Amino acid sequence: MLKLQGIPVSPGVTIGEALVLDAEGFRIPRRFVERSAVDTELARLAHAIGDTAREMERNRDRIHEELGQQYAAIFEAHLAMLHDPRLQEELTAAVRDRNWWPEYAVSRTLRRYAKVFQSLDNHIAQRAHDIYDIEKSLLRNLLGQRRETLASISQPVVVLAHNLTPSETANLDRQFVKGFATELGGPGSHTAIVAEGLEIPAVVGIGPFLADVSGGEPVILDGNQGVVILQPDEETIAQYRLEEEAARHVAVRLSRLRDLPAETSDGVRVQIMGNIEFPSEVDQCIDRGCDGIGLYRTEFLYLTSRQEPTEVDHYEAYRSVVTAMKGMPVVIRTLDLGADKMLTETTPGEERNPCLGLRSIRLSLRQLPMFRTQLRAILRASALGDVRVMFPLVSTIVELRQARMVLADVMEDLAEHGIAFNPKMPVGMMVETPAAALMLDVFIKEVDFVSIGTNDLIQYTLAVDRGNKEVADLYNACDPAVLRLLRRSLDVAAEAGVPANVCGQMSGSVMYTQLLLGMGLRQLSVPASAIPEIKQACRSVSVADCRLIAEKALAMDGAREVKTFLRDQLRRLLAETVA
Amino acid sequence: MAANSRESLHDAASATPREKTFSREVVVANSQGLHARPADLLAREARRWQSRIELVAESQRADGKSILEVLTLAAESGTRLVVEATGPDAREALEAIGSLFDRNFNEHAGSQNT
Repeated sequence: MLKLQGIPVSPGVTIGEALVLDAEGFRIPRRFVERSAVDTELARLAHAIGDTAREMERNRDRIHEELGQQYAAIFEAHLAMLHDPRLQEELTAAVRDRNWWPEYAVSRTLRRYAKVFQSLDNHIAQRAHDIYDIEKSLLRNLLGQRRETLASISQPVVVLAHNLTPSETANLDRQFVKGFATELGGPGSHTAIVAEGLEIPAVVGIGPFLADVSGGEPVILDGNQGVVILQPDEETIAQYRLEEEAARHVAVRLSRLRDLPAETSDGVRVQIMGNIEFPSEVDQCIDRGCDGIGLYRTEFLYLTSRQEPTEVDHYEAYRSVVTAMKGMPVVIRTLDLGADKMLTETTPGEERNPCLGLRSIRLSLRQLPMFRTQLRAILRASALGDVRVMFPLVSTIVELRQARMVLADVMEDLAEHGIAFNPKMPVGMMVETPAAALMLDVFIKEVDFVSIGTNDLIQYTLAVDRGNKEVADLYNACDPAVLRLLRRSLDVAAEAGVPANVCGQMSGSVMYTQLLLGMGLRQLSVPASAIPEIKQACRSVSVADCRLIAEKALAMDGAREVKTFLRDQLRRLLAETVA
Repeated sequence: MAANSRESLHDAASATPREKTFSREVVVANSQGLHARPADLLAREARRWQSRIELVAESQRADGKSILEVLTLAAESGTRLVVEATGPDAREALEAIGSLFDRNFNEHAGSQNT
C-alpha cells in the first residue's frame, strides 16, 4: 500500500481500477530475446508496425474528413517516418543482430532520432514530438496492454496521468471516469475547475508517482483530503467504502434543503447562484435549489474543438441553459482564455507570461470577429430569458468601454436585421485584477453588476502562479491583501447600489461564508456540488455574528492567523449545527 | 530555383569503376526549409530509383531515401546541398530529384508549414 499526498481540487471519494496515462510513459527495460525466438519477435515487430500504420491511416482519414487536408498532413508525415526504410532496417538489425527485445529496440532507436531532432537549432526540432508519438503508438501495439486512450474507455476507471489538459479533462467520459489524479497541476487551474464542474473527484500536483502503479490495479482517490492510495489493503478499502456510504447520507440530508431559501437566522436573504461550464450542469444546479447561474464559463466551446465555435454553436449552448433556468438570471462570461490555451491557431507567437499576456477580454478585443460572434449569440439568447453578459479580466476603463462599444455595435446590427434581443441586457465585469479592485469606484459607474473572481484576484495580488508547486502555498485566500481588496470592492459596489457577487473558489468553501457575508456580500456563485453546503451555512448564521467575524479577520496581519481564526469559527458553527 | 543551382556532372573518386556517381548542387528554396512534406516527397522520389541517393550538406551526409535522415539535415531555406546519385540509373535519378528542388517541391513561397 502506498499513500500519496496531492492537492485536492474536486471533492468526493472513489475506489476503482487505475488507468495510467503517462507522458513519455512506458518504462522499457533493457531486455534481450533468445536467439531461437528472434524470428518470432521479428514477426511481432512487423505486426506492430502494420497495426500502427493502419491506426495512422485511420487517424489521417478521420482528421482529413473532420478538419481538412492540412491537419491530416501530420499523420501523413508520421506514416512516412514509420515506413522509413532506414528506420525499419535499424529496428530489424537491433532485434536480429543485437537480440534486443523489440520494445527496447523501438524505444532506443526512436528516442535516438528524437534526440537528434531536439538538438537541431531549427523548427525541425518540433518533429521530435512526432517521433515520440510514433514511439508511443508502436509500443502500445507491441505491448498490447491496457493503454486505452481517454476516448475509448468502456469501463469505470480512475485516471492517473502526468498531466491533463483542460480539453482532455473536458472530454472525459463522466460515465466511466470516476476520478483522476495527476502528477502536475495546481489548485484553481482550469483543469481543476472543469473537474469540479463535472463533479469528478480529483487530486493534482502529486509529483512523480506513475512509476509505482500499473493499469488495472485498484486505487483509492480521496478528493476531499487530496490523497491517492495505490495498492490499498483490504482494511483501507473497507474504511473508504464506509466513507463513501456516509457521504451519500450527508448528500441525502442536504438535498432536503433544496426548496428552502438561503436565509440567515436574522432574516437576510442570500442569493446562491451556480457556476457552470457545461450546459448539462444546469440540472445539477436546479436540483440543488440555486437562485440562478452566476457564472456561465464559455471556454469549453473553444476548448473542445480545433475549430472556432460558430454563432450557432454558441447560441445552442446558451439557449439550452437559459430555457432550462426558466426566467432565473444567467450570467454569461465571455471568453476567458489565453491564446496559449486555444486549440484554434488564431494567434502567432509564444508568450513568456501567458497569465499576464494576451488573454480574456484582451484577446476578445484583439479578435473582434470572434468576439462579435459570441456577443451576437449571447444577445440572441437574451431574448429567451434573464441573460446578463460579463467581461473577464478587465484591467482598464478603456477595455470596458471598448467592449461595451462592440456590444452596442452588435446590438445595432441585430436590430437592423430585426433579430430579437434584450436591449437592456445587464452588462457586468469581473473584478479579478488589483487594478480593477482599486479603480472600482470609476468602473462601477459604467456597469450594471460586478463579480469578484477570487482565483485570479489572489493570483495577481500575491503574484503567485497557482499551478506552480514551488510557490502554491503562497496562494492564499486568507491573505490580508486579498481581504482588503475584497472588502474595498464590496464597499464600493454597495455604496453605488450595484449588485456584487463572488464567484471564485472562495465562495464555494464554507470556511469563508461567514467572512464574506460579514463583509457585506449577499450573492455567492458556487459550483453545483457546493450549493447545499453553502446554503446550509447561510441558514445557520446571523449577519450580525458574521460582521464581527469579518471585522476581526480584517484586523489580522497574516494569512495564517486569519486561516486559523476562520477554521475555528467554522468548527464552532459546525458544532452548533450538529447539536 | 533552377537559376540558383549549378549542374556539375563528374566522376567521384570513391565510386566503383562501373558505378558512376553523378552529383549536382541544389538550393533549398522553400520558405520553411526542407520540412516534413518536402522531405517526404524527396524520400519517395529517391526510393523510385535503384541508385543510392545521398544529400551532402557541409560535413553531414543523409540517405536520400530516408525521411528521418533528410530531416536531420535541418536544411533551412537558402541552404546549398549536393545531391549524389550512385548506381545504374544515377543520371535519371539525379535529374528527377533536382527537378523536385527546381519546382520548389510544388510549394508556393510562404505556404503553410506542416
